[in-house]
Amino acid sequence: MAILQVRNVSKRFGGLQALNDVNLSVEKGTVHAIIGPNGAGKSTLLNCFVGRLIPDTGTVMFDGKSLLGIKPHQINQIGVSRVFQTPEIFGDLTLLENVMIPTFAHRDGAFKVNWWNRADRESDVQDHAEAILQEIGLYEKRLEIADSMSRGDKRRLEMAMCLSQDPKLLLLDEPTAGMSRADTNATIDLLKRLGETRGLTKVIIEHDMHVVFSLANYISVLAQGTVIAENTPELIKGDPRVKEAYLGTEAE
Amino acid sequence: MFGLNRNDTLLLIVVALLTMLAPFLLNPFPEGSSLAQFNGGYPDLMQRFVIFGIFAIGFNILFGLTGYLSFGHAAFLGVGSYAAIWMMKLLTMNVIPAIILSVIVAGLFSLLVGYICLRRSGIYFSILTLAFAQMSYALAYSVLTPITGGETGLQPKLNDPRILDAAVGSGVTPRANLFGIEMGTSWQMDWNGWVFTFNAGYYLAAIIMLIAFYLSIRIFRSPFGLMLRAVKTNQNRLNYTGVNTKPYTLAAFVISGMYAGLAGGLLVAMDTQVGPERMFWTASGEVVLMTILGGVGTLIGPVLGAGLIKYMENILSKINESLLEAWFAFMPDAVSDVMVTLLSLFVGKGWHLTLGLLFMIVVIFLPGGLVGGLIGGGRRMFRSNDRKATRKTKSNQTPPTSQTAE
Repeated sequence: MAILQVRNVSKRFGGLQALNDVNLSVEKGTVHAIIGPNGAGKSTLLNCFVGRLIPDTGTVMFDGKSLLGIKPHQINQIGVSRVFQTPEIFGDLTLLENVMIPTFAHRDGAFKVNWWNRADRESDVQDHAEAILQEIGLYEKRLEIADSMSRGDKRRLEMAMCLSQDPKLLLLDEPTAGMSRADTNATIDLLKRLGETRGLTKVIIEHDMHVVFSLANYISVLAQGTVIAENTPELIKGDPRVKEAYLGTEAE
Repeated sequence: MFGLNRNDTLLLIVVALLTMLAPFLLNPFPEGSSLAQFNGGYPDLMQRFVIFGIFAIGFNILFGLTGYLSFGHAAFLGVGSYAAIWMMKLLTMNVIPAIILSVIVAGLFSLLVGYICLRRSGIYFSILTLAFAQMSYALAYSVLTPITGGETGLQPKLNDPRILDAAVGSGVTPRANLFGIEMGTSWQMDWNGWVFTFNAGYYLAAIIMLIAFYLSIRIFRSPFGLMLRAVKTNQNRLNYTGVNTKPYTLAAFVISGMYAGLAGGLLVAMDTQVGPERMFWTASGEVVLMTILGGVGTLIGPVLGAGLIKYMENILSKINESLLEAWFAFMPDAVSDVMVTLLSLFVGKGWHLTLGLLFMIVVIFLPGGLVGGLIGGGRRMFRSNDRKATRKTKSNQTPPTSQTAE
């Protein structure tokens, strides 16, 4: 069953056709990678999923609901979480607070003036956030300020924030960008582990083929705003159109 | 205690003691001594300390937590004042209805202003609030003269209806009271040359300030406060985390507007008069200075900043040249002349110059304000002690992590 259905999506910025009649279907419980050379429109497509951009034409359906024209926080509330290319975290707050905020948002909805209770006495939220930090391996650092951490830890924190909301769909925008090989491998292991325990559907945008072939069940190749090929990793590897898209435009 | 953690309870108790004992603490010099003019323990000034403390506490809920810098909060102070004076003119000289109405009216007005201004953020938000406040000032000054009394402002008059009060005799001015206790009532205590003044109005304002302070601690420590801090840190992430940030910022704006209205109502309860200058942009700027001077985002900082600025405004501005001459009379004439000429720039009408210098020193050397500086200093001492201890025991344990600075 497809949890995310993208039909005939096009987006134009001035003279640039960023997306041209994109069709995509993400099956529930799979890891779906979207790859393609720079400027292929991968990030534009992702932005259409989370309400940051509205496509000129076409539809994006998630779990039977249209994602077009609703706000980012509403999209998140129906079960879509996003990890950004550069980690977007609450840099001035502690790791624990960083994870408690999405947990509160998941429990209390988009807006609630809960001003009398003490945040550190909301034990269900606190316990849940601590469990998530434990799972992701940041529990020991839970009282540190988020900005003081390494980039790899920030990325893992951002994943913890997304996971704390128990999303149905996790969107990852180059989750290993700028990471060392060791950090990349750790992230791959983490993502694999999270997939096994939760049966979470993931959409990954990635440049690093090592990451893509380690994780993905299914791959869509985007070039110049169009899906030029989609298939399982084994079959994508040998596809001449994919080689052409990469080698013909720029070396990756 | 009170549903607060140990540190916050301690802070609340310290602040409660300081405000209750203020008549002693602010009058350290005996009456008639040459330093007596530095005493701040007279009712009018003490009332201002706590009332502007309330104003700054409320402002800090918006600016300190969400980072939205309003340059128009004096408008809410002024609106609260006008609401209170009308209550005194129409209903009763009892201050309770006046204060309640001032909070409600300021809350409604800030809902309107906030709804419009919060469409933008950053500098544009600040400019919008400034524009709103100046518009309010202009309206109060001229267009709305029938309601605001224009340039002269409003005071309770003998022929006001005051439907709940008994008629006052001719020639008796109606006075603000709390169920019969007049706000101006003072009781003086003489002790070995010291004179301590206990004023009913001050204690009413101080108790309200303590309640306001307690409520602000609850807000700071609540999930709501956590969301507001998240707005300041990364609003983008918050939106993608399923939080609608608009109503959060609006709620913070309205709460801080209500605090400002409360302060405005209390000002009227103390001196039963109001004029449009209360809404002038310098008054909005003053609360920004108070908050930054004391420490943005800290609990007690804004109160300290308010106290410091009000103290300087009232004490430094009273020092004049002849006073300076008396102080430096023991020096040779030439030296004393130079000193007097130099220092007279910084006192009297020039007290703003001192404030400016102080502000610059604090912002440059203590970026966290007075409270931030104190905490930072304490932490540095703590850390160097800790390092010494570590060296002694040669252990490799990580130093204890400290909680976020508040």
